[in-house]
Amino acid sequence: MADAALPAPIPRPKGLVWLLAISAFLVFSTWGASLAPWAFEMPRAWQVPFAETLSRFVKWLLNDASFGLFTFAELTRFIAAILDAPYRLVLAFLSSGSPEAGLPPMSWIGVTGLAAIAGHRAGGAPLALLIAVCFGFIAVFGRWESAMVTLASIVIAVPIGIAGGLAIGILAHRSRFIARAIIPVLDLMQTVPVFAYLVPILILFGFGPVAAIVATLIYAMPPMIRVTMLALSRVPAEIVDLGRMVGCSEPQMTWRVMVPAAKDALMLGANQVIMLSLNMVIIASMIGAGGLGFDVLSALRRLDFGAGLEAGLCIVALAIALDRLSQAFAGLKVNPATGGTWLSRHPHLFAGLCLLTLTYLAGLVWPWVETFPVAWEYTTGDFWSRVMREINVTYFDALEAIKTTLLLNLMIPVKRFLIDLPWLGVAALLAFAGLQLSGPRLALLTGSLTVLIALTGLWEQAMTTVYLCGVSVMFAMLIGVPIGIAAAERNWLWVGTRTVIDTLQTLPSFVYLMPAVMLFRVGDFTAMLAVVAYSVVPAIRYTVLGLRGVDSGLVEAGRAMGCTEGQILRRIKLKLALPEIMLGLNQTIMFALSMLVITALVGTRDLGQEVYIALTKANAGAGLVSGLCVAFIAIIADRLIQASAARMRAGLGLADGGRHES
Amino acid sequence: MTMKRKAHYLLGVAAICAALPAGAQESTDPIRLTLHDWTGQLITTELMGEVLKAANYNVEYVQADYLAQFAGLETGDLHVAMEMWETTGREAMDAATATGKVVVFGPTGMKAKEEWWYPIYMKDRCPGLPNWEALLEPACAEAFSIPETAPKGRYLGGPVTWGGFDDERVDALGLPFEVIHAGTDAALFAELESAVQREAPIMLWVYAPHWAPAKYEGEWVEFPEYSSECYNDPSTGINPDLAYDCGKPFGEIWKVGWAGVADKWPGAAKAIEAFTIDNDDMGAMITKVDLEGSTVSDVVAAWMAANEATWQGWISQ
Repeated sequence: MADAALPAPIPRPKGLVWLLAISAFLVFSTWGASLAPWAFEMPRAWQVPFAETLSRFVKWLLNDASFGLFTFAELTRFIAAILDAPYRLVLAFLSSGSPEAGLPPMSWIGVTGLAAIAGHRAGGAPLALLIAVCFGFIAVFGRWESAMVTLASIVIAVPIGIAGGLAIGILAHRSRFIARAIIPVLDLMQTVPVFAYLVPILILFGFGPVAAIVATLIYAMPPMIRVTMLALSRVPAEIVDLGRMVGCSEPQMTWRVMVPAAKDALMLGANQVIMLSLNMVIIASMIGAGGLGFDVLSALRRLDFGAGLEAGLCIVALAIALDRLSQAFAGLKVNPATGGTWLSRHPHLFAGLCLLTLTYLAGLVWPWVETFPVAWEYTTGDFWSRVMREINVTYFDALEAIKTTLLLNLMIPVKRFLIDLPWLGVAALLAFAGLQLSGPRLALLTGSLTVLIALTGLWEQAMTTVYLCGVSVMFAMLIGVPIGIAAAERNWLWVGTRTVIDTLQTLPSFVYLMPAVMLFRVGDFTAMLAVVAYSVVPAIRYTVLGLRGVDSGLVEAGRAMGCTEGQILRRIKLKLALPEIMLGLNQTIMFALSMLVITALVGTRDLGQEVYIALTKANAGAGLVSGLCVAFIAIIADRLIQASAARMRAGLGLADGGRHES
Repeated sequence: MTMKRKAHYLLGVAAICAALPAGAQESTDPIRLTLHDWTGQLITTELMGEVLKAANYNVEYVQADYLAQFAGLETGDLHVAMEMWETTGREAMDAATATGKVVVFGPTGMKAKEEWWYPIYMKDRCPGLPNWEALLEPACAEAFSIPETAPKGRYLGGPVTWGGFDDERVDALGLPFEVIHAGTDAALFAELESAVQREAPIMLWVYAPHWAPAKYEGEWVEFPEYSSECYNDPSTGINPDLAYDCGKPFGEIWKVGWAGVADKWPGAAKAIEAFTIDNDDMGAMITKVDLEGSTVSDVVAAWMAANEATWQGWISQ
């Protein structure tokens, strides 16, 4: 890393220079408006019509782009057809059956049993039980058919995401050129809101589940690629050398040496693909995937909070089952059994197949085996609506007072301040920060991205975005870091906290957004609550990760020198965990930005709203431009925070795994 | 549930057997009808779909966004959209029909109504209602205010994408109101539910056919009647300098679809064109689903049993 080149005692960021720069910025912002009005509001003549250009490009791509033998649209339609065939098969298997042949789908008992048997194979009886409970939960709440539709698209999307991510990651690992080219693309894939590219995808891949699967892949694949690149580069040099010495060919090197050596890290990537695919369920249902996401949306349109929550929790149950299952398979030691018959070597596979066949046949005779009987279903009915009513009638005035105070004293002043800032000043300040934290390259990047945002003419919406995310991230960190500190020390608390944050990450935010509207009306405050609820997750997770990673020897040394617990926490643990906490901050910002599209649904006027408007008007260009502005904000924040975290790590002597040396 | 599914398989088999003699020139490919996310549309679509099934067509329902679906209708991925509201979908509909790839199958017979709406208890606090001029009174506007907008009243408009020209209307009529846009209609009605529970002031955009006007007692504000001149010509209407000094238009709800439907399934296209239903029938069905907990399928089946002569007429041309 570049940090190694820095002199041992890092010169602290020169306080005086920063002071001067910020004062100059504030002076210019306050009194510069009359001198240079163009620096405050980008003159219309300077704005570049990116949206029209992009729209024209997309149109060309769809109608005219050709590779000689076939057009681009034919290529994408071909891909769609390839994806569609296995999807239909899985869907028929799990949900629709085959009406033409008069065949029903697999029995609910068979599918649950099969998942539980897979759980038993990977994690023994406890996991089998957990999975059976998750699937049973779905059946009891009457969501079996929707859940199977969702599961069918997950079953198609996840393997493609994992295999594709692995392949691209390997290519990028082999070729520096591909790696360089792919990293900015990954940044965009992860930060451009999904709504921004939905319209082109719908046109290219056709309407329906396949387009939803493609959108899911774009969203869920990047972590797998990143993890693959990182994991392969971390394979110990000795193993690689050994492979060379025994004369492995290139493919053997990759598949027999590198990939197995990096397996643990790769499984983490696979896990992320599963979780992110389930995050997409709601958005996918808006463009034709149906399933649980549709149940959530339609329940909330009727203001049936109970049904919305039930369907949302079924998504969580599905996520937990798949997540735990994939983690257990990752931890499994593969030792192929030899000898014996096929049957004795594969008892789980055999049991699963038997169960499926038997329940299927039984389902043809007894309907309750095939479909979960309605009489056994349970629903919370209007219980949650009544709870909401109670809270609404009793506490509305108190909540309104809190909300008004926060809005008037914090949120609105921050919003006014940010919107009034000159774009030129902001660009200069961000470039200065880049220069101080890293060097001219970062300065050029942050400065030019800021100017680009201003050139699109979306400056005000961009600053509203910064304001909404900034305030939310502040609250998320204020809540998340203390919880993380408390949970890192106490195992029982961490177990509970983990369940809560896993739920927050997979429960569609729509489920709590609409009750929040009832209590706080539409507007920025409600949007902020939803953003905080979602982005508090990484704030907690990374704080715990950082604190738990602190070298216990150092803590012992501190204790031996007579530090109190408070001193150990402040002077040793938090200080050493700071780089991880900074990474948590980084992720909190990313999560907050990714919620913008959802908050557009409660009437914010930021970039998320622009993306949403473009989607509903099928304006591909405008959507992409607003989406790219969000991505630019994310990239600026990400690079600046990473640069300052790298400095901090160097300052603590932690550069490049130097934790053990200190 | 099971019985119904079994019936579907049988129907599917029957369809294959019956399709050949019924219409030799008609395609057996599925006709894809789009489903959106409000109950009325689900009922209209399933009604059409079940009628087509009864005429031995292969029918498939596809979930699709209300406006984004036009991309699919143009390419022929999707075939029929049963509810395109004059009031919210006109712009997208015109853009799509201009390509020549999408055609209008005529009106559904339902009329869309959209206007400013208030719960009935607000009439005591602003006695001049439903006449819009009552809203000009400062005391009346204050009755509709919240701390952030006081002394102006607060009007909760639809999502920005619905259009509706409410900001312009407030300007042109000089109403002391602030327009706040909800992001989705779920948010719109969540606020209404909350306000009604507390009998709190609220003025918002409500449309019909919808369950809300059936569930809550209230009235629409009566603005000067809409005319296209009022929207396009500033000099018409109460305010000589500004347009939009009148209420919102009532509008047809149209059926639209892929231009190729008439060639591929000529009989189905005729049936789709013949389909009509009125606001009262639809309002009753929506109420049954959203407020009384019936399923869409049951409500549709009940309507079909009661109105067999009507829908037989659509398919027997």
